[in-house]
This record gives sequence, C-alpha cells and structure tokens, in this order.
Amino acid sequence: MTLRDFVNKLLGRQPASATTARERLQLVLAHDRSDLNPELLEQMRREILEVVSRYVEIDLEEGDVSLETEDRVTALVANLPIKRARPVVKPDAAAAAEVAADEADEPVWTASQA
Amino acid sequence: MTTSGSRSILICSGKGGVGKTTLTANLGIALARQGMRTAVLDADFGLRNLDLLLGLENRIVYTAQEVLAESCRLDQALVKHKQEPNLALLPAGNPRMLEWLKPEDMERIVALLRESFDIVLIDCPAGIEDGFKNAAAAAEEAIVITTPEVSAVRDADRVIGLLNTRGIKPIQLVLNRVRPKMMANQEMLAVDDVTDILALPLLGLVLEDEQVIVSTNRGEPLTLNGSQSPAAQAYSNIARRICGEEVPLIDPAKVRRGLRAKLGQLMQTKIF
Repeated sequence: MTLRDFVNKLLGRQPASATTARERLQLVLAHDRSDLNPELLEQMRREILEVVSRYVEIDLEEGDVSLETEDRVTALVANLPIKRARPVVKPDAAAAAEVAADEADEPVWTASQA
Repeated sequence: MTTSGSRSILICSGKGGVGKTTLTANLGIALARQGMRTAVLDADFGLRNLDLLLGLENRIVYTAQEVLAESCRLDQALVKHKQEPNLALLPAGNPRMLEWLKPEDMERIVALLRESFDIVLIDCPAGIEDGFKNAAAAAEEAIVITTPEVSAVRDADRVIGLLNTRGIKPIQLVLNRVRPKMMANQEMLAVDDVTDILALPLLGLVLEDEQVIVSTNRGEPLTLNGSQSPAAQAYSNIARRICGEEVPLIDPAKVRRGLRAKLGQLMQTKIF
C-alpha cells in the first residue's frame, strides 16, 4: 500500500485507479495463464474443501481458494481457517490413525508425517 | 538457417494501436543511422502501414508476394530509404496472400534478408492468429511493446506466453505512451507494475509525445531528423541498447519538476 492509498482510505475515497488496475490485472492474468475457467476453478475449490473437511473442520464461509501469479508462475493458493481437528480420522493408512485427534478448541493442524 | 551475425527481431504487441509500426519505423531509421544495414519487413499483410510511416508508399513496385513467387529478385522489391540508405523496406503483399502464406514462406523471406542485412525488424500484425504465427516463425528475438493500460498489458501477456513456448529469446519490453503526470498521481499503471506483471526486462520507455502524430502525418519518423522530442530520444536510446550500448532509462518521476511533482513522488512511497 502506498501513502496515497492510505490517505484515500482515511478519507473514505476510492483507491487510486492504478492500484485497482494492478489488482484486476493480476487476477485476470492468473486465470488467463492457467487456462482454468471460473467453473472449473469453482469445482476444484469445492472438491478441495470436501477433502480437507474430512480431516479438519473448516470455516466454509472464510475459506478461499484462488490463483495467484508472480514472475509468470501461477500458484493455487488455499487459505482455509481450521476450526478444529476431526475426532476420527478415517484414512486406511494405520499411521494416520496416530494423528492426535484433539478436542481442543484451538485450531490444530498436524502434519501428515507426524 | 542462422546467418552468422545477422539478427531477426519481431516487434509485436497482441493488441492493435499500441505503437508497433511506429516503433519499427523509428528503430529502422535509428539503427540505420548507427551504421547497421537494416531491413524492415512489413508482416502485417492485412493492414499494411509501415510504408506509410516511412514515407515510402509511392515508391513500392514489387512486394514480398512477388519475391515469394519468384517473379522478381529480392533487391528489386526492396525499397531503399532516400535519406537513410542503410535502411530498406520489404513491403507487405496483397491481403489475399493471407490465404496461402505459411510460416515457411516467412522463414524463407527472412533468411534471404539476413544474407544482406545486419538486422531484420519484423513488424507483426495485431492478434495472435495466423498472421502472428507466420511473423513469429521467422524471428529469433522479440520486442513486445505495450502501453500502461489493462487491455494492452493483458494482450501482451498472451503474446509473451506464445513467444516463450516458441523458444524466442531474448524477449524485451518497450513501454509506450507513458504519461509521467498520471503515473505520479497513480492514475496510470506504474512502470514497475508492468514489468513485474509481465516479468520482462525493460528495453525502453517512451513518453506520450504529440510529435509522433506530426511525424506520421509527414511520413518522416522522428529519428530521421535528429529531433530532440522525448519520443525521438527514447527511440534512439532503444536502438543504441539493441546494439549493446548501455544507456540509462529515463525515470518518469524525474521528468516533472516543482512542488506538485515532489508531492506526487512522496505519495507513491510504499508504507506497507
């Protein structure tokens, strides 16, 4: 954020149009470059959320899966706030059953290698 | 097929009207003035204009079409510039050529040109269809020209993607029609915004300049008469950089003076 953006925000004005242009471009180029149409992205988002929610309870409202791009490399970025881990983890691998299924209220993320 | 020492450079943009042909004409003259034997090839067969910008429209006898059909020799089709004898134009043929023209045809023409010229500039048509593919087939390097507008940058990005898959290297960027005042007020994409998004090295920066229109009216590119206008200097500097000279880029923020300019600069400070 530049000083001008900050002042605009303070005064309740719109951000400078160059800032808007940059943000819109970054978004549209991430899509152009990956050749993913919005429907496909939405479907992928739903499936990712489905898989993740098998393991942990996530905040579906806040969850966000999007494309970001930097240096002509596009990345799929998922930001999924975890409410709590699921008490029972189902996967067939026995090791995975070891995963601590805390009832803790605090978000717990245990790496799969644990 | 490589002719040692000779270079073929594609000048392209994706979007139309951002300044491909003007850049080609001005670079052609500027390179020729530096002693490079330079050929400019109008690869925009549908809507040719390079002849007009160079003021050579009345001197065309044969075109690339006759050269390909072998109904004339290359040197018969080339139109030499009167004031700048190091520069020659190979005019685009009839738009009907588009029906049968193949990438191999362009490769053949450019290979022929490279036998007798140090640099071949290929003025690419807008778009990313066959015309672009034909023109790109014959190029080893590329200059992508864009303006600081969302549509032009987006289209440039598509073109860069296509050039990358073809292995064309290096690809360099020219940012055209820069308005320092608008940039200072953050009402125009900043130079860094564009270079970051497109991830290309900046070969040159051309300020918005009314003299460009005057020069096209006359068919005398700005670089021809040693004009000191901002665009003329920018084009000459680009030509020098192409030849390997290190010429510093202008800073749009430094073009303006006075208190307002200072304030504008301050407002661009990144705070977080």
